[in-house]
Amino acid sequence: MQLTNRSKQVSNKEMTFSERMYLPAIAGGLRVTFSHMFKKSATVQYPEQVREHSAVFRGQHVLKRDAEGRENCTACGLCAVACPAEAITIVAEERKKGEEHLYREEKYAAVYDINMLRCIFCGLCEEACPKDAIYLTDRIVTSNYERADFIFHKEDLVEAVALEGRIDITKRKKDK
Amino acid sequence: MILLSILLFKTGLAFTLFLITLGIAAYSTYFERKVAAFMQDRVGPNRAGPLGLLQPIADGVKMIFKEEHRPTGSNRILFILGPSIAMLTALMTTAVVPWGKTITIGGTAYSLQVADINVGILYVFGVVSLGVYGILIGGWSSNNKYSLLGAVRASSQMISYELAMGLSIIPIILGSSSLQLSDIVTSQYEVWNIFKYPLGFLIFLICAFAETNRTPFDLPECETELVGGYHTEYTSMKLGFFLFSEYVNMFASSAVISTLFFGGYHFPGMSLFPEGIAAILGIAVLFGKIIFFIFFFMWIRWTIPRFRYDQLMHLGWQVLMPMAILLIVIYGAIFSFI
Repeated sequence: MQLTNRSKQVSNKEMTFSERMYLPAIAGGLRVTFSHMFKKSATVQYPEQVREHSAVFRGQHVLKRDAEGRENCTACGLCAVACPAEAITIVAEERKKGEEHLYREEKYAAVYDINMLRCIFCGLCEEACPKDAIYLTDRIVTSNYERADFIFHKEDLVEAVALEGRIDITKRKKDK
Repeated sequence: MILLSILLFKTGLAFTLFLITLGIAAYSTYFERKVAAFMQDRVGPNRAGPLGLLQPIADGVKMIFKEEHRPTGSNRILFILGPSIAMLTALMTTAVVPWGKTITIGGTAYSLQVADINVGILYVFGVVSLGVYGILIGGWSSNNKYSLLGAVRASSQMISYELAMGLSIIPIILGSSSLQLSDIVTSQYEVWNIFKYPLGFLIFLICAFAETNRTPFDLPECETELVGGYHTEYTSMKLGFFLFSEYVNMFASSAVISTLFFGGYHFPGMSLFPEGIAAILGIAVLFGKIIFFIFFFMWIRWTIPRFRYDQLMHLGWQVLMPMAILLIVIYGAIFSFI
């Protein structure tokens, strides 16, 4: 079976004198390596240059707010149930009077932790969420020295109230 | 008075040469990494300073501040002496290379050569063969069987190739009828030796690669296959000296190759310039040649794979040696009958 046309017939024949000298072959090799001096390098200079992710990239999670800046999450726990790695921990709390501007519904997540060491970025939490609260973004989970630093608490996950701090998840919404 | 000024000039020249050698060797490490990167479609060091130009300094600082370690049971004095000899002999080689035409300032002729000894090329070979002591002492004093084996391997390689190297330049010595490097350079005023002795050049070049432990003959220092060889037990700046002496050697052998085969400071159309300008241009041309050969060393490194040890010995003793002897016979016949 021939998959490419690059295969070469191998033979046991004796090398000719010029082949045994190796010098023509070395000259050919030098030509190849020299030509690479002028080729474009494949390097991406990471901190300055960031390679664009694909639209379906699943990175660090975000907890969304609604248009008025209230948290969408109602601590229903469906994401935690859907999570195959059991990375999500939720503790629910009741909304008090005067907190209407903070939480959209009567129940909210007082604790929302994701253990990034357990998370497999499968996106099932995003699919399970009935309130459009959790999404995976194109952000990369930062590296840390301590295991405890990989447990992301609510303050690491909820997006900013200010509009410019909001995280764009429109690409993922379309998929849903 | 004249004697004093010449003495001062020689001291200054020796010191400048020392600094230039170290500088070029340091920047060869940077150059090596850059050339390697370009040949592999990468960028190479570019973080330390503009274009990564401070990289050798950063490497040096790192080497000095690394933890120093000496294996138990090793010979303390010899352990320090090994890298020192390697470095010392590497630095000594360039003393006899003529760096340019004689410059006349105020009626006094200053030759741009630290020592114009009349056995110049023998001095080079003598000093180079002393470099083997550095390697062997380094390997032996480590108190490690593998280091010793590595040292034996490295030194036997260097000794084997030195023979063919020495024989390959005998036609040149016959041609210029002098061992003095300045005479050899002057004899190339019209035709460079490369055109007279192309095969001798080839043998000399291959041996120079083996002598400086560069690929494809870098068997003494292939970490992955042979566990580093003679410098396995060395750490910090002592290891740095071994590695650095390789780069100094590379500079020295590039200088010797340029001097022996590529006309030294001569360049085509040299007679068209006035005396002084020609001398200065000559120095620049010589350094251009040296830098080209340093580049060539690196170019070869990323082209040819490493030899197997028996292949290495086979090439040295059964191919290059007979070829060099044959050349002596041929050129001897030519010079005596024609």
